[in-house]
Amino acid sequence: MGKPLHLPGPALDLLLPMHVLISPDGRIARAGPTIRKLQPHAPLVGRPVHEAFEFLRPRPGLRSVEELREIARRKLHLRLCEAPQTALKGIVVEAGAEGGLLLNLSFGISVVEAVGDFSLTINDFAATDLAVEMLYLFEAKSAVLEESRRLNARLQQARRKAEKQAYTDSLTGLANRREMERVMRELSECGIPFGLMHLDLDHFKTVNDTLGHSAGDHVLQAVAAVLRSETRREDLVARVGGDEFVLIFRRLTDRARLCAIAERIVRRLEAPITFEGRECRVSASIGITTSDLYARPDPDRMLSDADRALYASKSAGRGRATVVDEPIPPGSTRGSAGMAPGQNRPGAS
Amino acid sequence: MHGLINRSLQCFVRDTYGQEAWLRVAARAGCGPEGFEALTIYEDALTDQVLSAASALLDKPREALLEDLGTYLVSHPGLERVRRLLRFGGGTFEDFLHSLGDLQGRARLAVPDLEVPKIDLRGHTPGSYTLSCRFRLAGSGYVMMGILRALADDYGALVMLDHLGRQEGAEILSVRLLDPRFSEGRQFILAAGGGQGDG
Repeated sequence: MGKPLHLPGPALDLLLPMHVLISPDGRIARAGPTIRKLQPHAPLVGRPVHEAFEFLRPRPGLRSVEELREIARRKLHLRLCEAPQTALKGIVVEAGAEGGLLLNLSFGISVVEAVGDFSLTINDFAATDLAVEMLYLFEAKSAVLEESRRLNARLQQARRKAEKQAYTDSLTGLANRREMERVMRELSECGIPFGLMHLDLDHFKTVNDTLGHSAGDHVLQAVAAVLRSETRREDLVARVGGDEFVLIFRRLTDRARLCAIAERIVRRLEAPITFEGRECRVSASIGITTSDLYARPDPDRMLSDADRALYASKSAGRGRATVVDEPIPPGSTRGSAGMAPGQNRPGAS
Repeated sequence: MHGLINRSLQCFVRDTYGQEAWLRVAARAGCGPEGFEALTIYEDALTDQVLSAASALLDKPREALLEDLGTYLVSHPGLERVRRLLRFGGGTFEDFLHSLGDLQGRARLAVPDLEVPKIDLRGHTPGSYTLSCRFRLAGSGYVMMGILRALADDYGALVMLDHLGRQEGAEILSVRLLDPRFSEGRQFILAAGGGQGDG
């Protein structure tokens, strides 16, 4: 062993600001400036060391100097006896000829809370201690994380907006064809029964040609409003083409009810729509089918059946609805088997 | 240039001259009204375009604008965290000056791809230093000047700062520390939880 090193108190304070010198009787003889800040109300000097610090590992509940001597040179885990019971790391070495011990402490990972609990500053840490760098890193990383969270929120919002645009028709605010296909697929896959209405406006082209496109747009918006008001929240109204709409009625396969709804829609659409003081008159032809007609409802087949029913309405004189009574065998011609076109133009004037 | 730097410039224009001014600058610089994302890397030229546009539209020389940007980074209440991160550099203004050599390392510790000026400090007589600042953005020495001026205030130190021009690719500043304890300054408590500004 080399010559013993005697450090004056101020040097010890500078090098090990969290040290505690323990006298042979187990009392604290000296405490560094930072460790004193951790016990602002009760002076450390003179107190038995185990009354200020609770030893946890490697030997819990340790009290006497002899026991402490036995775990010298090993890494210790301890905590303040008083609230907030800050966790500490430490090591004990023999110090001085009289049988005293030097306990040096540090915060370890608890440093982030500790600097707040005890209002510590840069000067409370040894110049060589990396605690300040760790706090810097902690704060810098928190800032970056927050920035990244903010970016994430912005992207989420943009994504929701893009999604909404992707499944809505911008003119009417109704769903678009993509959304209609998605909903039909979802209902078919989940085995949820539904009624399907395919609606095509009659005389819309005339409005467009004689009164202009803004009149046409206005009519489409008015039609969308009618369709929305004639359906329930859980139903879907989609604009799937220029003047073509599809309505999906969730858990509604009662054909008489669907017919009644269709007739009401036709009646309402036949009421004149005013645009810039001029009257626009349209009507609608509708084809209806329901998922319970099919052993395995296939969206494409149902759409094509509804489409045929729609053309049956058109050929029967427009302004009416036609219901598919049984699935049309693939390959048969439009508007033949299994259809019951509405007898009259409902509410025609 | 890192988005953090561009975004600082954007926030500086917005917070100092108003959102309208930023929109005019953005239109002239061609960077879009939304401006910059903090965690994205942009072409260097874009930063120059924003600076030129701001200088022209706000009728302020580029150097003065950059120095104001430096001051803003440290003293704007919304950017409390920048001030805090800088003050981790040392307990006194002089310690802080000596920590500037680590500025790049510190920046990289926080954001691995963030490039900041390389600073070299030379001491001449006690309290008298020259500081060389190397960066891809011309005029970065003026930003440093603004930062140092505001931080000296923050530490409560009285300093004299001068930009001595360019020398071998670096901008040279002279720093004279007249009184390290000129005023109270602002306290620096290590515990986080200060301002959560919009960076």
